[in-house]
Amino acid sequence: MDLLEYQGKQLFKQFGIPVSEGRLATTPEEARAAAEELGTQVVVKAQVLTGGRGKAGGVKLAEDPADAEQKARDIIGLDIRGHVVEKVWIEQASDIAKEYYLSITFDRGAKQPLFMFTTQGGIEIEDVAANDPDALVRLHVDALEGYQPWIARRLVYGAGVEDLNEQKQLADIIEKLYRCFVECDAMLTEINPLIVTLDGVVKALDSKFTVDDSALYRHPDIADFRDPGAADPFEAFAREKGVTYVKLDGSVGILGNGAGLSMSTVDVVVVAGGKPANFCDLGGGGSAEGVVDALEVITRDPQVKSVFFNIFGGITRCDEVARGILEALDRMKIDIPIVVRLDGTNAEEGRKILADAAPPNLHVSPTMLDAAKQAVELAA
Amino acid sequence: MAIIVDNDTRLVVQGLTGSEGRFHGLRNRAYGTNLVAGVTPGKGGQDVEGVPVFDTVAEAVSEAGANTSLIFVPARFAPDAIYEAVDAGIGTVICITEHIPAHEMLRVYTYSRPKGVTLIGPNCPGVLSPGKANVGIIPAEVFAAGSIGLVSRSGTLTYQIGYEVAQRGLGNSTIVGIGGDPVVGSSFIDVLEKFEADPETKYVVLVGEIGGDEEEKAARYVAEHMSKPVFSYIAGFSAPPGKTMGHAGAIISGSSGTAAAKKDALEAAGIKVGTTPTEVAELVVAAAQN
Repeated sequence: MDLLEYQGKQLFKQFGIPVSEGRLATTPEEARAAAEELGTQVVVKAQVLTGGRGKAGGVKLAEDPADAEQKARDIIGLDIRGHVVEKVWIEQASDIAKEYYLSITFDRGAKQPLFMFTTQGGIEIEDVAANDPDALVRLHVDALEGYQPWIARRLVYGAGVEDLNEQKQLADIIEKLYRCFVECDAMLTEINPLIVTLDGVVKALDSKFTVDDSALYRHPDIADFRDPGAADPFEAFAREKGVTYVKLDGSVGILGNGAGLSMSTVDVVVVAGGKPANFCDLGGGGSAEGVVDALEVITRDPQVKSVFFNIFGGITRCDEVARGILEALDRMKIDIPIVVRLDGTNAEEGRKILADAAPPNLHVSPTMLDAAKQAVELAA
Repeated sequence: MAIIVDNDTRLVVQGLTGSEGRFHGLRNRAYGTNLVAGVTPGKGGQDVEGVPVFDTVAEAVSEAGANTSLIFVPARFAPDAIYEAVDAGIGTVICITEHIPAHEMLRVYTYSRPKGVTLIGPNCPGVLSPGKANVGIIPAEVFAAGSIGLVSRSGTLTYQIGYEVAQRGLGNSTIVGIGGDPVVGSSFIDVLEKFEADPETKYVVLVGEIGGDEEEKAARYVAEHMSKPVFSYIAGFSAPPGKTMGHAGAIISGSSGTAAAKKDALEAAGIKVGTTPTEVAELVVAAAQN
């Protein structure tokens, strides 16, 4: 789960990482009131889960409360890379002397947390890594050893920070960011830029924060950050139903059992010349209940013109799955064509059950590729 | 031979008295796996269809001689279950449980790795050596015994490929589901190394998917260290970036972890990559029949 800037900053603040004072606003009037309360020059910042806000006009300096209201009016409703701005963060403006970069990522490859620090902040870290790799200090941490003060020394000296006052503040932030990363079950915590103000204060001017979905059960406060309105409406409905679903842009609805097979089904539809409408994983089994819920989610999308149902029967046998499909079709009305491919344990019995019942919009195809071709034709 | 599980496997199921543990534990036994014990704290002294249940894994080792553990306990208790198995001296730990927090697994991995334990999973279907032992939830009936090693991050996709191989008259030495989480106990390379050393395995099929860089690393390993032919299939060519596709680990982050990059790396290492599961089955069968 990705957090918005202001949510990440709230967590930073809880862990003692310095951030600027700010307020959340959803209307220009609220933005004005927030600026009045803050009582200084403010920055109005679009809260969207995508990069490139600045270039898209989503971050603006405001001289006074009236200006803040105007800037918020400009920004709210703005479409930034497909994300419509609904909230803005109003924050006290900072006098920036320097921009650094600090992050911790969950390095899957090395199976260790990875610190990255550079004094060349404020720009894309990939650009620093490509253009001036020596300026970027990378340091893995042993997950059992955890944070030790030498880690901050390696990062700060390694990046060539010479000011003693900055070194001290940075070491403190580095330790706190590590605690925040571990204790929040983060997959990524990034501060870019980590600024030094004209009067020498180091603080986080932005936040990028991703939390492990599997750990949300022990972070109810973070789970509450999820804004159902911000998600794709079909995905939000799927979440409600407990269906594993990702919305795509095409017209062939897809339902498979197992994540790998479902991904493969999406791919095969593309190979067959079609455009998948979604990814949907029924899980290992194929109960009628699960089928009904999944079909309800998939067919809610008006772009869906056909459904490709791709099942491999393992422990759940194909004859049971076939009966589940028929029961599901009995319980809900679906007019669009459904192509079913059944393979694996008792596949022939399963196909026979479907052929005997022969619902008018149901087509049975023996192989994945043929079934995909048929589903693509039927969606055209 | 075969790898990881075989006729020498003496299995303890952690969570044998739960519904999943009981169903699959007994299925594994019916297949011929030597199920010697179950562990459920507080239920020591009971039995499940004649299989003795102990309070601790240490007892399952000392009383029943268990050397392999299969874990079915819920996510929040699973890390503890893995530590317990490792500390009781179990050499092979296979964890089916899904949704274990990644940071927990990072610590478990860092702890168990230097001890030389073979940890498979979590969030995996288990390991099957056809004709010898089945440990986990793999439907053994769709596979046949043979010389093709199969290693995968996904369950049903692997069953599909194994089934197609069996339909064409060939079979598998061992099928290993390494799991779909960001941190799993054994990587593709760990399993490839075992297949390379296994005299029964003549060919290997590697089934990957989007996310991480394990397939790329495996490609380099194959080019440098493997004499046996390797074939591959990758799922997720059409997956959008930033979306988790069913498995916690199946996510393209920025531009890394794409299926296209994995396919390129595998092909650069001389590995044939099938476009569909059927095609990879056909490729390996054609090679084996020549």
